[in-house]
Amino acid sequence: MKAQLTLTVNGEARDVVVAVHKTLLEVLREDLGLTGTKHGCELGECGTCTVLVDGEPVLSCLALPVELQGRDIKTVEGMADGSRLHPLQQAFAELGAAQCGYCTPGILLTAEALLEDNPTPSRDEVRVALAGNLCRCTGYTKILDAVELAALRMKGARAS
Amino acid sequence: MNKFSVIGQSLPKIDAWAKVTGETRFADDLLLPRMAYAKLLRSPHPHALIKRIDTARARALPGVYAVITGHDLPRVKFGILPVSQDEEALCVDKVRMVGDAVAAVAAVDEETAERAARLIDVEYEALKPLMSIQESLANPEARIHEYGDGPNIHKAVALQFGDVEAAFGASHLIREDVFYFEGNTHLPMEQHAAVAHWGPDGKLTLWSSTQTPHYVHRLLGKILDVPQAHIRVVAAPVGGGFGGKLDPFAHEIAACKLSQIIGRPVKIALTREEVFYVHRGRHPVLMWIKTGFTKDGAITGMHFRSWLDGGAYGSYGVASTFYTGALQTVTYKIPVYKFEGARIFTNKPPCGPKRGHGTPQPRFAMECQIDKAAEQLGLDPADMRRRNLAEPFTKTANHLTVSTIGLGECIDRVVEASGWREKRGKLPPGRGIGIACSSYLTGAGTAIYWNDMPHSGVVVRADRSGLVAILCGATDIGQGSDSVLAYLVAEVLGIQPMDIRVHPADTDLTPVDLGSYSSRVTLMAGNAAIQATTRLRDKIFEAAAKKLEVTPDRLAARERRVFVADDPEKGMTFAEAVALGESMHGVLAFPGSYAPPKRAGKYKGGGVGPSPCYSYSACVVEVSVDEETGEVKPTEVWIAHDIGRSLNPLLVEGQVEGSVYMGLGEVLMEEQVFRKGVHKIPSMLEYKSPTTLETPEIHTILVETDDPEGPFGAKEAGQGPLLPVIPAVANAVHDAVGVRIDETPISPDKVIKALDLKRQGKLPRVGPDKLPLFKFPEPRAVESAFGQPAEHIAERPFGR
Repeated sequence: MKAQLTLTVNGEARDVVVAVHKTLLEVLREDLGLTGTKHGCELGECGTCTVLVDGEPVLSCLALPVELQGRDIKTVEGMADGSRLHPLQQAFAELGAAQCGYCTPGILLTAEALLEDNPTPSRDEVRVALAGNLCRCTGYTKILDAVELAALRMKGARAS
Repeated sequence: MNKFSVIGQSLPKIDAWAKVTGETRFADDLLLPRMAYAKLLRSPHPHALIKRIDTARARALPGVYAVITGHDLPRVKFGILPVSQDEEALCVDKVRMVGDAVAAVAAVDEETAERAARLIDVEYEALKPLMSIQESLANPEARIHEYGDGPNIHKAVALQFGDVEAAFGASHLIREDVFYFEGNTHLPMEQHAAVAHWGPDGKLTLWSSTQTPHYVHRLLGKILDVPQAHIRVVAAPVGGGFGGKLDPFAHEIAACKLSQIIGRPVKIALTREEVFYVHRGRHPVLMWIKTGFTKDGAITGMHFRSWLDGGAYGSYGVASTFYTGALQTVTYKIPVYKFEGARIFTNKPPCGPKRGHGTPQPRFAMECQIDKAAEQLGLDPADMRRRNLAEPFTKTANHLTVSTIGLGECIDRVVEASGWREKRGKLPPGRGIGIACSSYLTGAGTAIYWNDMPHSGVVVRADRSGLVAILCGATDIGQGSDSVLAYLVAEVLGIQPMDIRVHPADTDLTPVDLGSYSSRVTLMAGNAAIQATTRLRDKIFEAAAKKLEVTPDRLAARERRVFVADDPEKGMTFAEAVALGESMHGVLAFPGSYAPPKRAGKYKGGGVGPSPCYSYSACVVEVSVDEETGEVKPTEVWIAHDIGRSLNPLLVEGQVEGSVYMGLGEVLMEEQVFRKGVHKIPSMLEYKSPTTLETPEIHTILVETDDPEGPFGAKEAGQGPLLPVIPAVANAVHDAVGVRIDETPISPDKVIKALDLKRQGKLPRVGPDKLPLFKFPEPRAVESAFGQPAEHIAERPFGR
C-alpha cells in the first residue's frame, strides 16, 4: 500500500508517494536523494542514521514517514546555513573528528540536539549524549574535543 | 624559519568538508539510471552438501530480472592468496559455513530481490559441523576442504633460528605459558556495498567499498572470464575498513555477473548480519610460549606455538599464520627463536587480516608472559623491557632488518606521564596499572603475489592554471591517505594541500597501488609521490631558473612561489613557474614508483615479516576492577608511539586513539562466538563494542625517529598502537586484584572466576590449559641472524 505524504525536510515541504512500510531512512535516501543520512544496521542499534525530528534525535531506520507529516525533519544536509557550515561541522573538520566519516552525520545531529538543550555541556554530558552513536575509527576522543570546541565557539558567538 | 611548511602541521584532511556535510558518496550512495538491486541467498547450514537448487519460483516473481547460481559463473575457485584458491562466489556442491552464498537475484528494488531470494528452494544434506580447532582435528573424515597440509589443516609451518634448547639450558628462569585470544570482527560502520555496470561495449565497471581495488581487479579478470583490461574497479570512499574489506567478495562478483546478464547497472548492499558472515576478522588463536630469561630479565631464547582457528576459507590465512610468529623478535633482543604454527579450517566465517593482522594475539601472550617473568624475577616490568630493547640497524634472529627504534623513549614517556613509579603496586585495592610494548610493520615487504613491479605508483601533473593533480591507486579508508599524499606533494612544491586535487583508487586512471593494508600507504605511496613530485619540480625549476638567469640548484619553492633561495625577492608565482615549465617541456605529468627493499629472509615463509621499517609503541593502562561484578573499567590510557616523523599530528593522534579504542574493545568485550553451528551474535546490539561511555581518556605521545626509509622519515600509525593495549589491560588487572586472565576478552565472568580461585587459595588464573594433540612438521633450521648489522640498502629498482 502506498501513501502520498508531505514531509518537511530541512525546512522544505517535500511530496512523496511511498509504500507505507518504508522507513524514514529509506525515504530520505531513496525518494528524496538525501544520501547524507547513512545506515549502519537498520535495526536501531548503531545510531548512524540519526536525524532530528522537531529537534530531537530519532533513529530514521525505525521511524515511519506516515507518522511524521507536519513534523520538522532535519538531516545533515540541513545543518549548514547556506554555504556557512554549522560550528559543529567546522569543528569536526578542523579537529579530525571525522575519519571515515560514515557515522559523522548521525553524530553531528545528535550533538546539535545536545547543544540546543545544554549549550555548555561537560565532557561527561557529551559522552552520555553520544553514547548511542557508535564510531569505530576515532576512539571518540576527537569527537568529544570537537563538540566542546563548537560549544565554546557558539557561546562566544552568542555573547558577541 | 621552520624547515617544513606543511609537514608537521595539524591541518584538516582534504576530504573533511565533504565528510561533515554528508557529501561524501560511499558505494551505497551511488545511483545510476535503470539500476537494479541484488540480494544473495545464503546458507543457513554450517556444513552441508547442496543437493538441488530450484530458482523457478523466484524467477516467476514480478519485478525479478534474473536469478543466478554457481552454475552461471565460470567454475573457477578464487582467493586472495595464490596458495589458497578455495572460494566460490556462489557455492555449487557444498556450503562450509552459515552465510555461504548459493544464489543471487537482481530485481527492480531491494525488497523484491529479498522476497525472490526467499522463494529459491535449496535442498541441503547436512554434514557434521566442525566448530572448533579440536573438533576439526578430531574429525579428519569430515573434511571441510580437500587441500591443505592435512585433513582440516590449512597450513602447518615450523621454523627454527638457532638452538633454543641450548639457550633454555643456560637460562636462570624458564617460563611456559598458554594463552587464548578470542576471535572478533572489524565492525566497520559502513556495510559493504558495490555497484556493477557491465556496459553495452562489453566492458565492466565496479564501484565498491574495498580496501584493495587492485586485487579485486585482478581477481575479477580471473573469475569472470573477461580480459582484465576490460574491467575497471573504482574504490568508493570506504566507511571503515580495518582489514574487513581486503578480500574480493561474493557480492561483488554476483553483482558483476547479474549486470552482464540483465544489461543494467546492479547495486548490492550487505545487511549488518551479512557483514558478520563475510567477516575476515581476528583469528581465534591458542598459543603456547616458552621463554628463557637471565637473572636480569634478558631473553635468552623463545619457542612459540600457535593454533589458529581459520574458519571456512583460506583468505589471508597463510600470511596470518606466519604473522603469529614473525614480529616477536623486532621488539626485544631474542638471540634464538623457534616458531611452529598451524591454521585449522572450521565451519565458521573465514578469519583474515583485522588491524594488526596476526600479531595482536602473540603480542598479548608475549607481553603478559614478560609481566609474569618480571614479577618472578623481582624486576619492574617497565625497566625490564627498557633494558632489553632490540638494537637499531641490526637483524633479528628470523632475518628481519630493523632500522630506527624509538621504543626506549616511548617507554620513558609513558612511565613519566602515567606516574607509573608512584602507582605500580601502590594503588588502592581494586585499582591497578599495567604496561606493554609492541612493534608493527610499515608496509609488507612483499606483495600478495610475487612480482617485480612497483607496490605503489603515483602520477603527479601540473598545468598552466597552477593546478596540481595527484593520481594514485591508494584507497582512503578514513585513515587519511588522500590527505597525506596532498601534504607530501604540497611540501615538495611549496604550495598548500588546498591547491591540490587527489584522484584515488580507479584502475582506469591511477597507477597501481596494492591497497590499504599492512600500514603500507603512507610509506609506499608517499615515497612514490615524492619521487613523482621531485621529477615535476626539477622540470619546473629548470624553466624558472632559465628565466631568472640562475642555476636550478639555487631555487626554492615555498608559499606558492618559486624563487632564488638566497635572494627571495627574485622569483615568480608557482603558476607562472609551471607555465614556463610547460612551455619548455610540454605536458607536465610525471610518474613515481616505489617498491620496498628486497629483504625477504632466504627461507620459506621469509616473505612474511620484512618491512621497510617498524613502528614502536608503549602503553600504560590504569584500570579499576569491581570485585563484586568482575567488571574491568579502563580509567586512563597513556600511549607513546614511534611515528618516525609525524606528517600531520592530528591524523596520527586520530590513528593512535582509534587503535587504543579498538584494542580496548578486543580485550574487554568483543568476541565472535558461535553456538550449535550458528553465529551467536550477528548484530551490533549483541556484539558488544565500546561506546563513548566505555572509552576512557587517551593520552597520546608522539615520538619521532626520522627513519631513513619513510617519506620525510615517517612510519606507520594505523595498526601498531592497537597491539600493546590488550596486554597492558591484562597486566593492569593483575596489578589491581592479583589475578591472571590469560584469555581475551577479559569479561566479568572470567574475573569473578579468577577471584574465586584466589579466595580458595588456588592458582588465581583463568585461561586455557589444554593444547591440541598436534604434530608440527620438522622445523626448517636456519641460522639465527641475531645481531648482524642491517645490510646496506641494496640498489632498488624504484628508488626514492
